[in-house]
Amino acid sequence: MSISAVAPGFTDSVHDAQRVFRAVLGALARPGRIARLDATLVPPPPLHSTAAAILLALADFETTVWLDDGLSDDSEVAEFLRFHTGARLASSWREADFALVTVPERMPALATFAQGTPEYPDRSTTIVIQVEAMTNAGWEFFGPGIPDRVQFSAAPLPLDFQRQLAENRARFPRGVDLIFATAADIAALPRSARIVERA
Amino acid sequence: MSDAAVYNFAYLDEQTKRMIRRALLKAVAIPGYQVPFASREMPMPYGWGTGGVQVTAAVLGADDTLKVIDQGADDTTNAVSIRKFFERTAGVATTTHTSDATVIQTRHRIPETPLREGQILVYQVPIPEPLRFLEPRETETRRQHALEDYGLMHVKLYEDIARHGHIATTYAYPVKVDGRYLMDPSPTPKFDNPKMDMCPALQLFGAGREKRIYALPPYTRVVSLDFEDHPFEPTKFDRGCALCGAEGIYLDEVVTDDCGGRMFVCSDTDFCESRRTPPRAAAPGLNEVPR
Repeated sequence: MSISAVAPGFTDSVHDAQRVFRAVLGALARPGRIARLDATLVPPPPLHSTAAAILLALADFETTVWLDDGLSDDSEVAEFLRFHTGARLASSWREADFALVTVPERMPALATFAQGTPEYPDRSTTIVIQVEAMTNAGWEFFGPGIPDRVQFSAAPLPLDFQRQLAENRARFPRGVDLIFATAADIAALPRSARIVERA
Repeated sequence: MSDAAVYNFAYLDEQTKRMIRRALLKAVAIPGYQVPFASREMPMPYGWGTGGVQVTAAVLGADDTLKVIDQGADDTTNAVSIRKFFERTAGVATTTHTSDATVIQTRHRIPETPLREGQILVYQVPIPEPLRFLEPRETETRRQHALEDYGLMHVKLYEDIARHGHIATTYAYPVKVDGRYLMDPSPTPKFDNPKMDMCPALQLFGAGREKRIYALPPYTRVVSLDFEDHPFEPTKFDRGCALCGAEGIYLDEVVTDDCGGRMFVCSDTDFCESRRTPPRAAAPGLNEVPR
């Protein structure tokens, strides 16, 4: 692959990165709230422009990024991220700073990603999950950033994801933070979000 | 103003901003937990808000409107210098009106005008660790936070009661965040503690010298520590502001002569001025900051 074949990154690296960061900050501060993220990127498929923008804004040579099975063979996405961020690609999701999931049905269990330590719970993986749809219905959450309760669900996801979310919260302050990205929108479920258990 | 061209936007380089942004995202996901970050040397001394400035620089965008206060005032040295710093390095719009600002950097006060959704309040923090004066070892306080072992702080407050008959802590009054982390609200007067609870704005804390960032997402439970028989009580004043007459707000004592003369006025200058000059459009210039 030649450098000239790599898709362009941000048009305005300073202000685009800032805008994307604020969108992610807003998403994590308001769990379950779905917000539009207009990223002017055309990354190689199957990468969405939203997920690509999040990684371009946050990853650099100080971080590792793990690409899931849907991508590791895809040298174009790997090359795109390596070229624009300088991030090291992690061979395992277990110790990556960021994980990019494009086939959520087959993603590793949340508990197997880096969870941080009791003293340093921040040393954990932030998982960017590409989904096809998100909606403010389904699971119900409460906790920091949520005025009362919020309903949120995304698809596709692993069948036992509700149980995984409850367990992720139970490990608090250890745990992983999730950022969901459709082709146009983003939303987040930080580890602080508590899921209402239903039978 | 044209100096903006010779600095990167908001002074910091992009790699530093990304590092701070990653720390901020962790801080929001773990409310009240102190995230270590690689604090940079800033063109101002420690103690002047280097932590707050770095946090502001990392979140600020070209379309933001910035307000900076020092002990509630827009017109004191620290506030003016930091506001000018961002005018020069980022070229952003600035204001003194709390309701017009999207990002507010503060040293030790929360504005009297209630904050709203979408606003970001950035605190300058000198000592982020609430247990530091009780336990000097970082390894030990880390473990205490990990085990949620906060008995030492209750002993400290109890000793206050044993000695003074009441909890004598009046600023940097410790709080528990979402039932988990003990947090130092920075040296804000305890009068402001109730404003932190379920606040609609996002609150970010930066400690430059101590290299720590922590955060309170909007709508987060923030409880001031107390005892059943000695409940937390915010500071109360037995008078109103001598200038605008407002009551139930935080007052500064101002010495007016050398014969014991003094007056009590609003600590929040924007709040006081807006009460004395309604409607705002009729009296332009009063709140304008000379550039």
